[in-house]
Amino acid sequence: MPKDGIGASTKRREDIRFLTGRGRYTDDINLPHQAHVHFLRADVAHARINGIDTAMAAGMPGVIRIFTAADFAGVGGLPCGWQVTDREGQPMQEPKHPVLAEGKIRHVGEIVAAVVAETLEQARDAAEAIALDLEDLPAVIDMKAACEAGAVKVHDDLSSNLCYSWGFVEDNREAVDQAIAEAAHVTTLELVNNRLVANPMEPRVALGDYAFHDDSSTLYTTSQNPHVIRLLMGAFVLGIPEHKLRVVAPDVGGGFGTKIFHYAEEAFVTFAAKELKQPVKWTSTRSEAFISDAHGRDHVTKVELALDADNNFTALRCLTYANMGAYLSTFAPSVPTWLHGTLLAGNYRTPLIYTNVRAVFTNTVPVDAYRGAGRPEATFQLERVVDKAARELGVDPAELRRQNFIRKDQFPYATPVAVEYDTGDYEATLDTCLGLADYAGFAARAEASRARGKLRGIGLSHYIEACGIAPSNLVGQLGARAGLYESATVRVNATGGIVVMTGSHSHGQGHETSFPQVVADMIGIDASQVEIVHGDTANTPMGMGTYGSRSIAVGGSAMVRATEKIIAKAKKIAGHMLEASDEDIELKEGRFTVAGTDKSLAWGDVTLAAYVPHNYPLDQIEPGLEETAFYDPANFTYPSGCYICEVEVDPGTGKVEVCSFTAADDFGNIINPMIVEGQVQGGIGQGIGQALLEHCRYDADGQLLSASYMDYAMPRASDVPNIAVDHSCQTPCTHNPLGVKGCGEAGAIGSPPAVVNAVIDALERAGKPVAHIDMPLSPARVWAAMNS
Amino acid sequence: MYNFDFVKPATVDEALAALAEEDALPLSGGQTLIPAMKQRLNAPSRLVSLLGIDALKGVCPGEGGVTIGGATAHAVVAREAAAVYPALAALAGGIGDPAVRNRGTIGGSLANNDPAACYPAAVLASGAVIVTDRREIAADSFFQGMFTTDLEEGEIITAVKFPIPEAAHYLKFEQPASRFALTGVVVAKFAEGVRVAVTGASEDGVFRWSEAEAALSDSFRPEALEGLSVPAEGMISDLHGSGAYRAHLVKVLTGRAVQAC
Amino acid sequence: MKITMTVNGRPCSGEVEGRTLLVQFLRDIQGLTGTHVGCDTSQCGACTVHVDGRQVKSCTMFAAEAEGAEVTTIEGMANADGSLSVIQQAFQDHHGLQCGFCTPGMVMAAAALLKDNPRPSEAEVRAHLEGNLCRCTGYHNIVKAILAASGQAVAVAAE
Ligand SMILES: Cc1cc2nc3c(=O)[nH]c(=O)nc-3n(C[C@H](O)[C@H](O)[C@H](O)COP(=O)(O)OP(=O)(O)OC[C@H]3O[C@@H](n4cnc5c(N)ncnc54)[C@H](O)[C@@H]3O)c2cc1C
Ligand code: FES
Ligand code: FES
Repeated sequence: MPKDGIGASTKRREDIRFLTGRGRYTDDINLPHQAHVHFLRADVAHARINGIDTAMAAGMPGVIRIFTAADFAGVGGLPCGWQVTDREGQPMQEPKHPVLAEGKIRHVGEIVAAVVAETLEQARDAAEAIALDLEDLPAVIDMKAACEAGAVKVHDDLSSNLCYSWGFVEDNREAVDQAIAEAAHVTTLELVNNRLVANPMEPRVALGDYAFHDDSSTLYTTSQNPHVIRLLMGAFVLGIPEHKLRVVAPDVGGGFGTKIFHYAEEAFVTFAAKELKQPVKWTSTRSEAFISDAHGRDHVTKVELALDADNNFTALRCLTYANMGAYLSTFAPSVPTWLHGTLLAGNYRTPLIYTNVRAVFTNTVPVDAYRGAGRPEATFQLERVVDKAARELGVDPAELRRQNFIRKDQFPYATPVAVEYDTGDYEATLDTCLGLADYAGFAARAEASRARGKLRGIGLSHYIEACGIAPSNLVGQLGARAGLYESATVRVNATGGIVVMTGSHSHGQGHETSFPQVVADMIGIDASQVEIVHGDTANTPMGMGTYGSRSIAVGGSAMVRATEKIIAKAKKIAGHMLEASDEDIELKEGRFTVAGTDKSLAWGDVTLAAYVPHNYPLDQIEPGLEETAFYDPANFTYPSGCYICEVEVDPGTGKVEVCSFTAADDFGNIINPMIVEGQVQGGIGQGIGQALLEHCRYDADGQLLSASYMDYAMPRASDVPNIAVDHSCQTPCTHNPLGVKGCGEAGAIGSPPAVVNAVIDALERAGKPVAHIDMPLSPARVWAAMNS
Repeated sequence: MYNFDFVKPATVDEALAALAEEDALPLSGGQTLIPAMKQRLNAPSRLVSLLGIDALKGVCPGEGGVTIGGATAHAVVAREAAAVYPALAALAGGIGDPAVRNRGTIGGSLANNDPAACYPAAVLASGAVIVTDRREIAADSFFQGMFTTDLEEGEIITAVKFPIPEAAHYLKFEQPASRFALTGVVVAKFAEGVRVAVTGASEDGVFRWSEAEAALSDSFRPEALEGLSVPAEGMISDLHGSGAYRAHLVKVLTGRAVQAC
Repeated sequence: MKITMTVNGRPCSGEVEGRTLLVQFLRDIQGLTGTHVGCDTSQCGACTVHVDGRQVKSCTMFAAEAEGAEVTTIEGMANADGSLSVIQQAFQDHHGLQCGFCTPGMVMAAAALLKDNPRPSEAEVRAHLEGNLCRCTGYHNIVKAILAASGQAVAVAAE
């Protein structure tokens, strides 16, 4: 293995530019003659727009033009990329999602008008002079109230606020009902999966440009998937063919899902730049981000777990209300359904599962995927209800889990919720984690805490996720309106250096370092010989981008396939040059050798020949050494793991402190352990945030109460402990060439239930048992629960 | 934000003259004013920076007390008051974060009188005197409810004179998002009696908990608070905690502050 | 009005308005885009720079207030020969950054801490980062990097 090959904790090359202030984020880009847009956003949640008077504003200094919905009459709505079919076989209700509010305002933050001016302050000044004639309407905020007959409708032209009612697996429903009726024990839990704001530290930015000379448009944007934006915006919104549209997502400061989606601001600046023949730039403020970035989670769920007399799980029944917000964001419908219902088996052999998911429109910001997307919600309800069952039955939560695990010898394992897990070893991760966390030694630590006046608790969770999305034909059947393959072009230069152009996008994941490790390993050259290009539709093959822990599993596999083609061709060239059959050529440590001889050529000799084809089999193969592969995965990948959290609760104030956190994950094979550990720690930081701090809350009128960092509690350095991570349990994925499973979301998926279980444990041990506390477990909530 | 004239005088007199213009405002650290102006909540015609006035800066221990210049940054108080009034220094050292403490000033904090700010509790519990360009104002009459003080338009806080208690302690229970005080309590024990000031909790801003003061003046032990309670009415109720929760915290924190004295 | 200051050892001047923030002066007028803006409520610390040796949020200071000051930004943190400084190197060695957006602020905060407190405890490091948000790393590796930069032994990143 070369020193920076697969499995090495190679230091990240991209760090150099980030550490010296030379990153190039979208907001760092400015174009000559660039104008600025300020969006006039709704400050009420629901209102009819009777008029927008822009006359005065239009005459203000610096104003170039003011746009309203009327200007977008010829333009499509923002498309939704996934259609869910309801229990009756009907397609979901799918309202138009206009670029600028049409006729009605449906959430605080919706764009009502857009002022383009020479400077941002001029645009803001003019926006203040726009007079809106609005007729306030009552807001629909609570999901259950929104579903009642006679509720005010978010969309007048829909039959109700119900987007769909999805049953999964519908055929299991009666059997599940029966199993629950007959069970020896049923544990029931009602819970809320708190609404979150993803909050990548870089706010969104969009800069539209238009080139007269070839009638082409360019959008610079903070996106996780520039090709997807190009397709959605070009084909469905603006009607610009792909060859006239370039989308560039340069350095992107974190995404976590919220930068997957195609947003109105992107379409606006692209449209306006073409209209005005001048670049138009928008940089979100954090305040705008809170009311315009798609939010995450926001489920209200009732879950029932049935057990037989021997504590075997016999059935699981769930009812979930899932908030869609006012419009369907790009992948919103898929999150509470196919990314959620399919994970409800968790790590367990539960034979019968049924869930009903009701997706509801409300007068709130659209809700879509946020790190984990559906899988954290599935894991949370499952790991909380299993924990509650263990407490009700008086058994050790770890042992109840172990007893019900899918056993190592049962893989591949088809769950009752339509997925087949290829590999796993759940007892291995459980035992590793129990050992690392010193589960057995908890009593002594609890005693020490008690001596300091603190209540200590320990909680665990065991998660599974479906990553590496996804087989295109499968997701097509499930309603996806896109393929979910990934692509890579491997370009070998004459002197042997390699550029990989990938459809994956790195916004913190370190692809520029880990992807070259793979290619270098396959060829046996130094990783510094390989460069990654990503983020620009002009120089990368059509790819679906980065989310769903798919980059290495799908994008990496595409790169492997393309590299395999390169190697095969290079062997042909080498065979010709060495006068041997290409089957006899071995490539090792960057040298081509005729097997069993000492005849060999260096990598560079062959690559040079490919471009200077003097001694070359031109009759059989073309010159050049560049290959593209599109990889469509055969299945999801199924990382899993065990997380253990220890907390101390201050009985006087209800404040929870996370004392320790231990993670044992099975990600299959690992390319760069350092990067993997960082991903897990970051995900756990967000999971601790969800469990203890973060809450996106609206009042009954649809005003966002947690609209800035003054009220939305972000985890800080002192809120998160050191996080011990282990990835020694490795059951490689069976169906991708690297045997990798993906690690990007695990931390955020597995950690919230571990934290909540630990707090519940602490209170129970202190003689103040409570069945459940909804996240975030803020001091006020924990104190109220303890004293109720 | 709206534009304004920026001036940076070198003396208090020049500052006062500059502030005579309509809608002129003093600017100190800007750690409150600038975020507010970014939201366009404020439209001063002129900002008069006080940070160029050396006379407004510094920590001066004197007889029975310490005087802190109005434009003294939190970080300076945290460092330089540590020997004379450790509880005050610790309070200043716990405001916001290091960057905020390098810019934010005591004068700005008191003039702003945020109901969740730290300094008002220290000033009230210490029975400090607020010195302005034109008068001295006792702490008990300075704070007049949320974001309201006895200051007149254009009046500048030039210094704060703190008497030094025999023992004192500040406990801030942080609001999880802003990390201002969800509830904060300063307990200060003087020969003449104990003063207890509470921030973050009341809809009327910082206040003295007189029952606790009486009880602690009799017996300076946490147990002295047994049987006392703070009514939940009038306490702030918001997404971070109910009035009842804040009322509860007042008592818990007071007891713990006494313990820590 | 015209203002002049020293940025990363180089005299810089520019025409500003009263409302021009230091961060706007640095990014828009001087083209030093390493200093980032992550919020509008002065809480995220992505904009952290040093003014006269002290850490401040450049989004919460008017450019005019820095008249005559010595300002250091992330662009001025590398060694004279362009190599990474001890703190920067520690961030790379310990994987203290992912997307890199908070990183300039983190490095500036770390440098200010280590100047005053050359061997901080882990708790002191975490407390010092109160005003610097990172959404990617969970802070673990940032804390580790800063401790390492202070010369204290920490376990190295995974092998
Ligand atoms: C991220 C963050 C966290 C914070 N956390 C806390 C916290 O935990 N606890 C806390 O108490 N505070 C906190 N603050 C507020 C901080 O302490 C401010 O520094 C302080 O409230 C205002 O001081 P300033 O000097 O910055 O005033 P400025 O913002 O300059 O001014 C504030 C107001 O006071 C007026 N003013 C300023 N100086 C004077 C003067 N000398 N005389 C008369 N009027 C004057 C101004 O005109 C303005 O109206 C925080 C701020 C931030 C940004
Ligand atoms: S940009 Fe967030 S604190 Fe300055
Ligand atoms: S590295 Fe992305 S925010 Fe810190």
